[in-house]
Amino acid sequence: MTKKKEKQKNTFEKICEVIKTMASKPSGLIGLTILIFHVILAITSPLYVPYDYKAIDPTLMLTPPSSEFWFGTDSLGRDVFTRTILGGRTALTVTFFGSLIALLWGGALGIFCGLVGGKIDDVVMRIIDAFLSIPWILAMLLIVSLLGTTTLVLIPALGFFYGKGIVRVARAATHDVIAKDFIVSARARGHSNLSIIWNEILPNVRDAIMVEGAMRWSWMLLGFSSLSFLGFGVSPPTPDWGLMISNARGLMSFAYWAVLAPIFGLSSLIIGINLTADAFAKALGIDRSTKAPV
Amino acid sequence: MFFLVIKRILLGLITLFIVSLITFAGVEVLPGDACTTYLERQAFGEALEACYQRLGLNVPAYERYISWAWGVLQWDFGYSLSGEMKINEVLGPKVKNSLVLASASILIGIPIALLLGIVTALWRDRLPDIIISTVTIFSMTIPEFISATLLILIVAIWLEWLPGIVIVPTDATVSELLPNIILPVIAISMIMTAHMARMVRSSVIQVMASDYVQMAILKGVPYWKMVFRHVLPNALLPAINVVALTIAWLLGGVVVTEVVFNYPGLGRLVIESISNRDLPVVQALAIILASIYVGINLIADLTTLMLNPRLKSLQIKK
Repeated sequence: MTKKKEKQKNTFEKICEVIKTMASKPSGLIGLTILIFHVILAITSPLYVPYDYKAIDPTLMLTPPSSEFWFGTDSLGRDVFTRTILGGRTALTVTFFGSLIALLWGGALGIFCGLVGGKIDDVVMRIIDAFLSIPWILAMLLIVSLLGTTTLVLIPALGFFYGKGIVRVARAATHDVIAKDFIVSARARGHSNLSIIWNEILPNVRDAIMVEGAMRWSWMLLGFSSLSFLGFGVSPPTPDWGLMISNARGLMSFAYWAVLAPIFGLSSLIIGINLTADAFAKALGIDRSTKAPV
Repeated sequence: MFFLVIKRILLGLITLFIVSLITFAGVEVLPGDACTTYLERQAFGEALEACYQRLGLNVPAYERYISWAWGVLQWDFGYSLSGEMKINEVLGPKVKNSLVLASASILIGIPIALLLGIVTALWRDRLPDIIISTVTIFSMTIPEFISATLLILIVAIWLEWLPGIVIVPTDATVSELLPNIILPVIAISMIMTAHMARMVRSSVIQVMASDYVQMAILKGVPYWKMVFRHVLPNALLPAINVVALTIAWLLGGVVVTEVVFNYPGLGRLVIESISNRDLPVVQALAIILASIYVGINLIADLTTLMLNPRLKSLQIKK
């Protein structure tokens, strides 16, 4: 019992330490601040939005920013400020749970393949390669037009699609530790495969998988907002940045504010996640500069 | 060596085979089929039967797959639903338009990326590096539809320098296209250049830290001679793979950019065919895009193999 408590305390301390290291560099600090700001905004914004996000008022069409409407109104007379601060909610929820799913199935399959090796590994990796060579946008569009565009479809679809890259990372990380002495001795002690995975392999590949997952999160956000921009994501009148940009784009020359506000929201969140993922990788001592961008 | 090349090509072909299976299965499970889409409300009874008969949809799925795959091998993708045109004829001009856009972006992007990557690596952690690195992070993390929209807003609407959308017929000639695609090319090459520049940077930094470069410095080799003779040839080799990956990634990014600029290329065809449920076209597009991806990766792998004698012997030993 005490041992378990000690272990938990150690994990907690480790997390604190990682966050401290991340915040010690300006880029990491900026990223964390932006991300936390967005998360807090997404959780609390329904409590204090000034207007109803779906209230249409034709008399207020395309009013420029004023003290009454901070970011102006859009082509249907809806308040852009309200819609912008609500716009991150769907994006954050969908991509957060999506990356969680991606992490789980990608990590599990990757560790399994790395451990088993042989024919099964070959076949699975071939299939993963095939999925990787279909452009993401075509695959996502196919899935979405097949199953619909509700949140409950988008989360597993994105999670499934973005998990295939994690399979490769998890497999490579497992390959790195599989021949090490402590695994051999665990086998010699007669531990079961499950126990070896849980106690020996997982602690050693966890960092690599989590860093990859953080990176996938920003890519997933990019993919998700591109989908809504193209009209295949969430459906109106749900406030969503991609959708808002695509709706306001046609009237950009009269009403630039309706396009700039969601652009600012989406770009700041993506940059925040990216900087955080980068700092996270550095804090865990994984150099991603040679593998993936940023 | 010969054996290795054959093996790589075979692996690529197997990948393509699986892709064709996946897309065929995916399109197969989509609700509705070519005939229900084409006939819409009249899709019942005799008309439906006749349509199945005409399009050959009344045979089992695996037979259709075989005949479809056989057709694809002979560059025959069947007929599209909308307008009943041959898919080859629909695709032809769009493939050309997208190729013009992509190659213009690549031709502009690669030299700039090399230059920026080398400059940031040589002046690492100093002012040029900090400025360029910050800009590259911004330009590659922001989604392409945002940078494209911002470009239109600033360059076309506020400054009024260039037209905001591309208005050319689908069958425009290359010389007609070029003056119209300046903004889309900038939008695409911005992101691509940023990705590549970062790869080149980290690759050059790695080589600069290696033993033989330290040795060359100690021996008193002049700085620029060392950079050009010892560092760059070794640093740019791994960058080939990155360039290939970036070009392959471009396939997805081009789709969105083409939609933003209303450009008559493959990207818009992807969106249109999926909205219209034009399944034969979707299948054709999937297999074409996947072949381009596999082909580019194959070429990159083989080039690195040819250019790097160490890798060659390593692979054979394996």
